[in-house]
Parts: sequence; structure tokens; C-alpha cells
Amino acid sequence: MAHSAVPTTAPAAVAPISLSALAPWAVFAGIVTLFLLYLVGAEQGATALFEGNTVHEWMHDGRHLLGFPCH
Amino acid sequence: MNSVSPRVLLVRGMLAGLLAGLAAFLVAYVLGESKVDAAIALEEAASAGHDHGDEVAAPVSRALQATAGLGTGTLLYGVALGGIAALVFCYALGRIGRFGPRATAAFVAGGLFVTVNLVPFFKYPSNPPAVGDPETVVHRTTLFVLMIALSVLLASGALILGRRLAPRMGNWNASVVAGLAFVVAIAVAYAFLPGVNEVPADFPATLIWQFRLASLTIQMALWATFGLSFGYLAERALVPATVPKEAVQPTS
Repeated sequence: MAHSAVPTTAPAAVAPISLSALAPWAVFAGIVTLFLLYLVGAEQGATALFEGNTVHEWMHDGRHLLGFPCH
Repeated sequence: MNSVSPRVLLVRGMLAGLLAGLAAFLVAYVLGESKVDAAIALEEAASAGHDHGDEVAAPVSRALQATAGLGTGTLLYGVALGGIAALVFCYALGRIGRFGPRATAAFVAGGLFVTVNLVPFFKYPSNPPAVGDPETVVHRTTLFVLMIALSVLLASGALILGRRLAPRMGNWNASVVAGLAFVVAIAVAYAFLPGVNEVPADFPATLIWQFRLASLTIQMALWATFGLSFGYLAERALVPATVPKEAVQPTS
């Protein structure tokens, strides 16, 4: 099976972003986004940081429809 | 190495996520809310015999839950997943083959939809109100998060396997083998994780089906919107970096 030659007009592969440049952003954004997901999906459900059930009730429909266990 | 800052792509990812969250909200409002209301009506009909007129005032009214509440949930969810997807994109760009920004964004969106939503959904599907025992919510949430983590871990493993096999088998065959390995590993995980079924015996099967279908449609709308809009935004961020290189080539 002959391997067809790569045409010379093919676009150059996009250069990757260095991991050392990405790491601090990954840690920072990772923490922020996971906390947001926790607020939407589990606060005042499985566990609670704040008292009461206002967050739970406010997120209620989104929680059900986005697939999180709600109650 | 690419000189574009991850910050630029992160911001654009969260913007595309906001747009995706808006799409998710619209689909959820149009397709999902009627199912939630139907389930709540059943729940209230079932409990009406026990404590009639003894209702504690709800802290958030149904009208608010279905509009502002649902909007908050879906938009925050979209922004958060958009940020995560942008980070995955930053890693995947230029590392998964000769794909441009838009194709990479489409792969990342599709891959995250499958690993973060679809695979966990088949084991622990979404449930409408009136389904699910409040006593077991910690157990169910733990299993749900565990299933997502396992799915992400196994998908990463499959990706590494595919890259190892590619030099020997070629890209196509290596991807097929890695995909099969992922399916087998997920099947084993499904078999060993405990099942959850708390649907009451007399709950209408049609309503469960429609609710879960709506739930899946919301996720598909979210990821499709994200993949397309982020691909566009990411390319616009990355193109200035590649234009000077192309301009060097002699032109007529």
C-alpha cells in the first residue's frame, strides 16, 4: 500500500502551546470553574458551605435538567 | 512553541461558554420546563392526601426557578465548562495531529460531550423532580462525580494509548483501537459501579423518557454551540500568529 505523499501546499501544523505557559492558567481556571460547577451542581444538595436551602432552590431546575442528582 | 497566551484562549472559551449556556437555557426552557412542571404536578398530587394546606412557603417561587434560576444554572455551567474546554483546547492544539483551530475545537467539544456528559449519563441518567430519595443524595452525587472522573481518566488513557500506537499502526487504526479500548474499559466500569434506580413504580415511563431526552438535547445544544463559536473565536486569536509565516512565501 503506497503512502500518498503529503501535498506541499498543506497548511503548516499549528504550533502547540508550551505546558509551562499553560500550567498556571490551568490551575487558576481549574479551581474557579470547578467551584462554579460545585455551586451549580451540589451546594446545599450533597453537601453545603452556606446555611439554608436558597442556593438549592434557586438552582433547582438547572440541576435536574443538567443531570445532577438534586434531591 | 505558539506564542499565544492561554489567557486569551481562556477568556474566549468562557465567552463561547456563555453563549453555549444561553443555547442550553433556551433549549431547557422550551423542552425541559414542561417536563419538570409535569413531574412536580405528579409529586404534589401524590402528597396532597397527606398534608393538605400545610405547605411551607418555598424560598424561590416556581416562576423564578423556571426562568432566572434556570438561567443562572445553565449560564454558570456553560461558562465553567467553556473555561475547562479552553484549557483542554490549549493542550490539544498542535498535539493531536495536523488539525487547525476550528477542527481542534470541534474535537475537544465532541470529546468532552462524550466523556463528561454522555458516558456518565448512560450509567446515572438525569431524573425529574419526584424521582430520587433525598436520603441517598450524597451517595448518588458521589457516584455521579466518580463516574465523570473515571470517564475522563479512561479517555485520557485511551488518548495516550492511541498516540503510542500511531507510529506502528497509522493514525486511523490506532484511533480505532484506542476507541475500542475506551468502550471496553467503560463497560467494565459500568458493570462494577452500583446502579441507581429510584423511579417510583407508578411514575409514567413516557415522562422519564422525555425528561431524559430533553436533558441530553440540552447538553448537545451546549457543546455544539461551544464547539462552533469557540472554534471561530480561537481561530481569530491564533490567525495573527500564523499570517506573517504565510506572507513570507513568494507571491505573484
